[in-house]
Amino acid sequence: MAAKLKSTDIVIVGLGWTGGILAKELAETGLSIVVLERGGPRDTNPDFMYPTVHDELRYAQRHELMQNVSRETLTFRNNASETALPMRQLGSFLPGEGVGGAGVHWNGVPWRWLPWDHEPLTQTLARYGPGVIPPDMQMLDWGVSYDELEPYYDKFEYLCGVSGKAGNLRGQKIDGGNVFEGPRQRDYPNPPMLQTHAGALFEKAAKSLGYHPFPGPSANTSQPYVNPDGVAFGACHYCGYCERFGCEVNAKASAHFTVIPLAARKSNVEMRTNARVMKVNLDAAKTRAESVTYIDAAGREFEQPAGLVVLCAYALGNVHLMLLSGIGKPYDPTTGAGVVGRNYAYQIGSGAIVFFDEKTWINSFMGAGALAVNIDDFNTGSFDHVKEGFIGGGGISTSSSGGRPIGFRPVPPGTPAWGTEWKRAVVRHYNHTLAIGNQGSVMAYRQNYLDLDPTYRDRYGRSLLRMTFDFHANEQKQANFLADICVRIGQAMGAERVVRSGPPQHYSIVPYQSTHNTGGAAMGTDPRTSALNRYCQTWDVSNVFVTGACAFPQNAGKAPTGPVGALAYWTADAIKRYLNNPGSLVPT
Amino acid sequence: MADDEGMRRRDVLKGLGVTGAVAGIVATTVPPEVQEAEAQAAAPHAHAVSRDGQSADGFRFFTPQEAAIVVALVDTLIPKDDVGPGGVEVGVPIFIDRELAGAYGRGARMYLDGPFGQGTPQQGYQLPLPPADLYRIGIADLNAWCVETRGGKTFDELSPADRTTALKAIEAGQAEFAQVPARNFFSVLLQNTMEGYFADPMYGGNRNSAVWKMIGFPGAIGMYREVIEKYRNKRYDVEPKSIQDLS
Ligand SMILES: Cc1cc2nc3c(=O)[nH]c(=O)nc-3n(C[C@H](O)[C@H](O)[C@H](O)COP(=O)(O)OP(=O)(O)OC[C@H]3O[C@@H](n4cnc5c(N)ncnc54)[C@H](O)[C@@H]3O)c2cc1C
Repeated sequence: MAAKLKSTDIVIVGLGWTGGILAKELAETGLSIVVLERGGPRDTNPDFMYPTVHDELRYAQRHELMQNVSRETLTFRNNASETALPMRQLGSFLPGEGVGGAGVHWNGVPWRWLPWDHEPLTQTLARYGPGVIPPDMQMLDWGVSYDELEPYYDKFEYLCGVSGKAGNLRGQKIDGGNVFEGPRQRDYPNPPMLQTHAGALFEKAAKSLGYHPFPGPSANTSQPYVNPDGVAFGACHYCGYCERFGCEVNAKASAHFTVIPLAARKSNVEMRTNARVMKVNLDAAKTRAESVTYIDAAGREFEQPAGLVVLCAYALGNVHLMLLSGIGKPYDPTTGAGVVGRNYAYQIGSGAIVFFDEKTWINSFMGAGALAVNIDDFNTGSFDHVKEGFIGGGGISTSSSGGRPIGFRPVPPGTPAWGTEWKRAVVRHYNHTLAIGNQGSVMAYRQNYLDLDPTYRDRYGRSLLRMTFDFHANEQKQANFLADICVRIGQAMGAERVVRSGPPQHYSIVPYQSTHNTGGAAMGTDPRTSALNRYCQTWDVSNVFVTGACAFPQNAGKAPTGPVGALAYWTADAIKRYLNNPGSLVPT
Repeated sequence: MADDEGMRRRDVLKGLGVTGAVAGIVATTVPPEVQEAEAQAAAPHAHAVSRDGQSADGFRFFTPQEAAIVVALVDTLIPKDDVGPGGVEVGVPIFIDRELAGAYGRGARMYLDGPFGQGTPQQGYQLPLPPADLYRIGIADLNAWCVETRGGKTFDELSPADRTTALKAIEAGQAEFAQVPARNFFSVLLQNTMEGYFADPMYGGNRNSAVWKMIGFPGAIGMYREVIEKYRNKRYDVEPKSIQDLS
């Protein structure tokens, strides 16, 4: 049986981006904090050193830094008429495991979502009325606006040393930045990164079509940087081993060398690694969390009592723990009742592959995870998407994140997958090809949700999380529309051949798409449709707060970690208020 | 354990259609060098696995018979030609062997609990087999299928042209294997072959970074801050470096 430990004021579950930020912020209260991380300790030195970290097989293919699904995984099906089966190996997304979480091996693209993304329902109703929203679409506002989050976005950007160019300074539009972004109080802390030939081609082509290209925000620092906490960053080498790798020069912002060591230094904070939380234990009325149960590396079970629990176990892990613990009512798609697991969403991809002549050198191996040129002309809030027949949109970009050859060796369609003809095509195109991608938004639907699997269990005997998800017609239309734009940009580059890649017919768990899982514990203003209030506090159990992209009621045409970071700071402020006056921050 | 292993070997050998005499050799412990020599002797059409006189290059996972098949498979997937090095010549069979002998082969990062259902393509790999078992059974299946459909010959006994035809049929889903789905086996084989061809040489393939050189990939270097703008739209022609070159 579980050994009962000495009570602590606050328990934080998970030590990635959000757990790190919460630990650092809450440490300032002087209260006792225990942080539990299921994976091992990791640091830049010795874990991400040059040259050993430049190993595509080990990190990009064998996923050394990521969740080991032999211990815990999830099951998946496209719709409720199928039997969900386990994700037996990582594919579509790559959750992190170990100190720093997925922030260790992310690309480092720290977007601010557009104002529209925070209140799509209000904006859609105001502009078009209720008739345009498809019947199964469960669109929700966040309950917190872009303007309210702006100071927190700013804080996260300065924490990360983001390189970029502002496009909207306090309402003034700035050419060369993203003119579609919401107003920001000040520019990014660092200038944009250096540009590649791919980026230059994209910028020129997009401009020639009347679009508004801009260098993407990048948490790969363009120059040495010291953040407001006094943490020093190196300058990015453009090594091309970034996405799925740790960074050897601390140029890619990550919690493991910023907020986490700052929190760990405090005497009131204790961090335990190889401590896997099984569940949160509630009182009999299910309105108060009393403790968490976790298992250490040797398999011993411990009960850690706490006054407050903050779930920071990634979007999917948080929802799983809520379901296992009975925090909030599970969502039932047949009745529409319940909130935990509701509004799970993802993103949809499409784009174009652009093949050039042999005199055009792309050198795609030189790059950085977040090095890209983008347009937001067709992103969610930027244009009249309803006129095009759908709700949503996407960010279009050409990214130079590193052309490592196991994963990147484009050949034109019709080329065999092996043999001499294949090899000839690889040699011909490897250095003369680029991709233009659409990162498309995905709205929430009645049929897409998370719950507990009735059959499969993890190594610890717990029911696996079950994902039921597919793409809907609205998203297919959007991704097709954006693929056409990508093709148009490719053609304007003066390429030899542009190949359109449309969206997939069905969502598949197999090929990597993105680690941008959202929803399942949506925040909002109505406890009947959201699991969390606008402060990311659970409606039903007031001493449990939940961070991460599970709080997003639908997905956007932008990666999640900017708003995840902003929301973590927002939640930390709310928790400080809660600690002074415990109870629900939004009385019902 | 040892008995299980013996059982498995025998099953595989049955599948291979080899004689008792050969099976007798396999059942005893064969030093790696001998195994490799066997493998090459059994693969008359394959390019020799370069040995550099190092016994470390012997096969650890594959039996000599299996190794001969894998050498023939890799040689068909990535032949030596006027474009660049062949998969066998740069060590891809050794790469696959090492992977299967280690954590990857055991499925150390796979969820392998039942029950097992077939599922849809979107649900991904659903066999109860880690890669090492998939190869062991898949190779036996391949040989049995070849023997049955290609005039009594195992895969390595086919001419290069016939091997290509056989793999195309498997790739197109026209082959019915006795135990594992043929396309499952083929797609894992193709993936591992590509991994070995393009991975860092320390894993046994891409010897001397020859494949990186062929495509113009600088390998593990990754120091481009000073050159990324200078070489915009220009060829960046450097000798590729592996992790060991830089260590
Ligand atoms: C390859 C890759 C590239 C990415 N690129 C980008 C990008 O460019 N831009 C962007 O916005 N986002 C990107 N992301 C996503 C980004 O990494 C995540 O949004 C971010 O890390 C989420 O922060 P988090 O704190 O919610 O989760 P994480 O940072 O993953 O941290 C969660 C932590 O909780 C731990 N944990 C989980 N369950 C338990 C448990 N039961 N008990 C104890 N500990 C537990 C995990 O081990 C992990 O350490 C990328 C992700 C990947 C994998």
